[in-house]
Amino acid sequence: MAVIRDVMPAFELLQPSSVDEAHRVLQQHAGGVWVLAGGLDTFDWLKDRIKRPQTVVDLSGIEELRGIRSTSDGVEIGAMTTLTEVMQHPVIQQQYSLLSEAASVVASPQIRNQATIGGNVSQDARCWYYRAGWPCYRAGGNICYADTPEGRNREHAILHADRCVAVNPSDTAPALIALEAKFVIRTRQGERVVNAEDYFIGPDIDITRLHILEAGDLLTSIQLPSRWAGAKFYFEKVRDRNVWDFPLLNVASALLLAEGKIERLRIAVNAAAARPLRLTAVENAVRGMPANAATGEMAGKVAVKGAVPLQFNAYKIPLMRNLVKRAIGGVEEAKWAS
Amino acid sequence: MPETTSEKPRENKDAPPATASERVYGVGHTLIGKDYVTPDLYAKVTGQAKYAEDYHVDGMLWCKLLLSPLPHARVTHIDARQALTMPGVKAILTADELPPPADSLTDNGTVIKANPKSERALTLEPLYQGEPILAVAAVDEFTAAEAIEKIAIAFEPLPFVIDPLDTLRPGGPNPRMEGNLWMQPHPSGGQTPGPPTIGELKWTHADFAKAEHGQLPAGKTPDEWSYGDLEGGFNTAALVLDETFVTPDTSHQTLETRSALAYWQNGKVYVYTGTQSTAQTVPAIARWLNIDRSKVVLISEYTGGGFGSKITGGISLIIPALLSKKANAPVMMRISREEETFIGRARPSLMGRMKVGFSKEGRIQALDMFVIANNGPYDAVGDVPSSGRIVSLLYQPLAMRWRGATILTNTPPRSAQSSPGGLQGIIIMEPILAKAARRLGVDQVAIRRINCPEGKAPFGPLVNGKRPYATSAFLKQALDRGAELFRWQERVARTPKRSGTKVRGVGVSLSTYVGGTVGFDGLLVITPQGRVRFQSGIGNLGTESVIDVHRAGAELLGVPWEKCDVIWGDTAKNLPFTCVSGGSQTTHAMTRAAYAAAMEAKKRLQEIAAKTLGGKPEQYQIARERVFRKGGTGMTLAQAAQRAIQLGGIYDGHDTAPDLNKLTKASAAALAGQGLVAAAKDTYPRDGQTFSFVASFAEVEVDVETGKYYITDFLACADTGTVIHPRALGGQVLGRSVLGMGHALGQKWVYDPHYGAMLSTRFYHSKPPTILDVPLDMRWEALDIPDPETPVGARGVGEPPVGGGCAAILTALSDALGDEIFRRAPVNADTILTALEAGRPMQHPLMAHI
Repeated sequence: MAVIRDVMPAFELLQPSSVDEAHRVLQQHAGGVWVLAGGLDTFDWLKDRIKRPQTVVDLSGIEELRGIRSTSDGVEIGAMTTLTEVMQHPVIQQQYSLLSEAASVVASPQIRNQATIGGNVSQDARCWYYRAGWPCYRAGGNICYADTPEGRNREHAILHADRCVAVNPSDTAPALIALEAKFVIRTRQGERVVNAEDYFIGPDIDITRLHILEAGDLLTSIQLPSRWAGAKFYFEKVRDRNVWDFPLLNVASALLLAEGKIERLRIAVNAAAARPLRLTAVENAVRGMPANAATGEMAGKVAVKGAVPLQFNAYKIPLMRNLVKRAIGGVEEAKWAS
Repeated sequence: MPETTSEKPRENKDAPPATASERVYGVGHTLIGKDYVTPDLYAKVTGQAKYAEDYHVDGMLWCKLLLSPLPHARVTHIDARQALTMPGVKAILTADELPPPADSLTDNGTVIKANPKSERALTLEPLYQGEPILAVAAVDEFTAAEAIEKIAIAFEPLPFVIDPLDTLRPGGPNPRMEGNLWMQPHPSGGQTPGPPTIGELKWTHADFAKAEHGQLPAGKTPDEWSYGDLEGGFNTAALVLDETFVTPDTSHQTLETRSALAYWQNGKVYVYTGTQSTAQTVPAIARWLNIDRSKVVLISEYTGGGFGSKITGGISLIIPALLSKKANAPVMMRISREEETFIGRARPSLMGRMKVGFSKEGRIQALDMFVIANNGPYDAVGDVPSSGRIVSLLYQPLAMRWRGATILTNTPPRSAQSSPGGLQGIIIMEPILAKAARRLGVDQVAIRRINCPEGKAPFGPLVNGKRPYATSAFLKQALDRGAELFRWQERVARTPKRSGTKVRGVGVSLSTYVGGTVGFDGLLVITPQGRVRFQSGIGNLGTESVIDVHRAGAELLGVPWEKCDVIWGDTAKNLPFTCVSGGSQTTHAMTRAAYAAAMEAKKRLQEIAAKTLGGKPEQYQIARERVFRKGGTGMTLAQAAQRAIQLGGIYDGHDTAPDLNKLTKASAAALAGQGLVAAAKDTYPRDGQTFSFVASFAEVEVDVETGKYYITDFLACADTGTVIHPRALGGQVLGRSVLGMGHALGQKWVYDPHYGAMLSTRFYHSKPPTILDVPLDMRWEALDIPDPETPVGARGVGEPPVGGGCAAILTALSDALGDEIFRRAPVNADTILTALEAGRPMQHPLMAHI
């Protein structure tokens, strides 16, 4: 039968107004149900008629999923809070500017007004073969089209590839890992809280999804502990266009210094692998060292150990090396006289 | 946080806070050179403007297309029974129901034979992935899409080729059954030549010997010209460079896709669509539908961008027209973004190799240019020949050879895109010029100045023993003025070039493209109420020329603009024969036509006054909405118009001049009796061919640790003749520069060559530039020197800035990073970073679509 794209097919739309109600309808429809947050990932899939859910559960009417609240140990961000709200929130800006910086460079201003933090961390891969409906590993097939002799893979993985070479494209994910965030999930069994880095999975665990959510699960909020509030942060995203682009690579780090030495570092990169990578080897290697260019150089080399380029993405290795270096040693900014 | 992450484009802190030209234009004029509010502005900014998709009519059906999933195949089986039994499905249209292609007739009566191998709106042998095969009309789009999914269709896959070099290799696959390029028929015995046929071109293994090292093979080509002593030029050159450069395929990506609504009424087809050219789209529709042009009415009040992809609309518009006939109901065809990516046209990539010999001062003594284009499967675009002409004009080589081939592939059809061939030729040439200047120790502005065209500058090969030449060129002045405004010398002298992880570079480029044609008609009516109504057959494609050109006529008549109306956007409203809005010809061609019509009106007003009030016509003058002679005897324009109706004949449109186009005559006849109807053909002499010129300047800042760069400043100084409408001109000079910049900044196609499938089907893959990719404070200025070969002095401007927009960025990058970084465009972080790591260009220059 013929294929047509770019016309949304019909589905049943459910619009719960509370988390309990959403949880209930998700349990009732466990198979073939699609959770809709801001829609930026969803509508591409639906319009292209590649994902064909019978039922879509729209979370936009659930007020309790929105907003940023102070807690006894930091802040809690509702999963349906928009990226614009995250980047503009004064507490995030003052205490966790790593996250506001990351949110501020997602996609475009219009998209950030609509996109949510929960959606940003739960979005699917953007591999152009997978998104175009090619029957690849990630889509349940038995080939990776990007990793063939003529496959086009400039934006694909350099680390932890396992059959699939797609990357996770989220900008906020590495920032949340660096901030030691906790993800609160409503599951069939009840509430579950996981560490940010454990929310994301690679193809070795499950090749068909980028996160741990099972059918019927709902990400409800993200908690930022106060431990890293006001730490020395670094975020950088490198992309082709200055706006409306996914990262070629990004880096996020939080650094605690004591007497000029690195006491603790948390650092993560994204768009290097199918999950955002917390670089624990780097974190361990730099402990007790001065946060300077030399330490950065060393850390950059540690970071890219084991990286394997594809035909068109070798640039990601020096890029990741340099971004990690800058996260620790800083950027030597230009001082132009005129 | 590092500044490089910021989404805000950097503002150049040194630059004055100007967002436009600070110069005053229009000195000595009442309307020409003045800013004003165009009559379509409020509708556009408030959303009231109606584009094709905004028209809804009673009983309208909606249609969707079935596109080929394969790059080349034969449809072996279609079973639509299940689809046709669905409630709400009204009709299906397949390729075998299309009318046969019609011959066309030029205005001088020459028959152009229809080419049976040209593109049709639907096909049973798709020649590229995404080519429409059939269309379904239903009560809504949802039903039409569901119906398409219920159609069983089978294909026999056929050989295909995506990269032109692959089909040129010995034994390489052909994109069409007959071959891989068009062959021009040889005229014989005074007969009308037949249409071009498809032939085969293969190069030898020896030709490809150095291709693995990135050198473009220069095998035999069907087209070649030369002039001057090429060999002598190379022999005495102080420096000879031989470089390969590859430019990107880029989709036009107009924000308004080529949607169309069509219905039939009283034997006429009414088509609503976006087009660049209102009057000239009618004959195109008539040809595509194989009906008489008197049976076509086109409504196109607003067009959301064309850039050469909608010069006369799109052939796909016949799909709703034919479905409407079949289903006996109006049919709306909304083209989705994905469909537009396939059928919406694109600029062809040019692979180029230039061998250039320079004197020690940098003068180009000899230039050997070789280019091939990736054309897609259908009619040949003109980019390859155009690139040679533009390079020969812009750099005035003392001797030059040009060779080229336009190669067919199984990729979407190309069409002219802003500065077709011009952009590619300029961006192949400018980095070589920049490299030569560095090698010779010559300043970058100086090397361009010494090679710059001036006055009646010649271009191209000999034609009948003489090289054709430009009407005028003041590019040297534009280059000097631009360098002054940009503070070129000051910036070049700055040290250091590198600070921290950043390197700065400044770039300059020359740029040109054609800027005008002649011979079209103007038509206006002075009403008995004393208003002047200009009939405008120009498309409203966003440049404002649809309105602007008539200001030249209004000024000549001395009528305040508030008393003028412009009629546009509907061919039922009696429009004159008008140029197509392509090739940046409109401002030139149609100010001439508007001027001619106003001169005709003036003459008739004088005659009417003399007939009515006595004396001789030449004793009368026209000013302040009156026609009068010394001593005060006179009449108002309203009275003259009333008198014109009484006089009839030539005065009110019942008669017209014999040299008018028949379309203008028909329109004048339809307006007859409404007032003083003045119709005239532009017969003003012109010595030379019209081009406009731009000098472009850019500064970039590159981060050597990430490869990311920002354009930190941009300035363009334009030589476009007399300025008609400064704000619109500035919009063109900078807007089209940005179109060019996209080719440096990342705009491209990505194709999987193994499957012949396009991967860059969305904006976030194909990466057209956004407003945040360019500096907020870009500046422009125009010389405002009238072209001596046109009565109003104005030349066109749409395309001339495009090449410079791209090449100024490329030359700034090579100033910052050296000559061993890139050999293709676009240039992105990956290009820069891998080359900096390796110390040499790392991307294979001849590999397409990465």
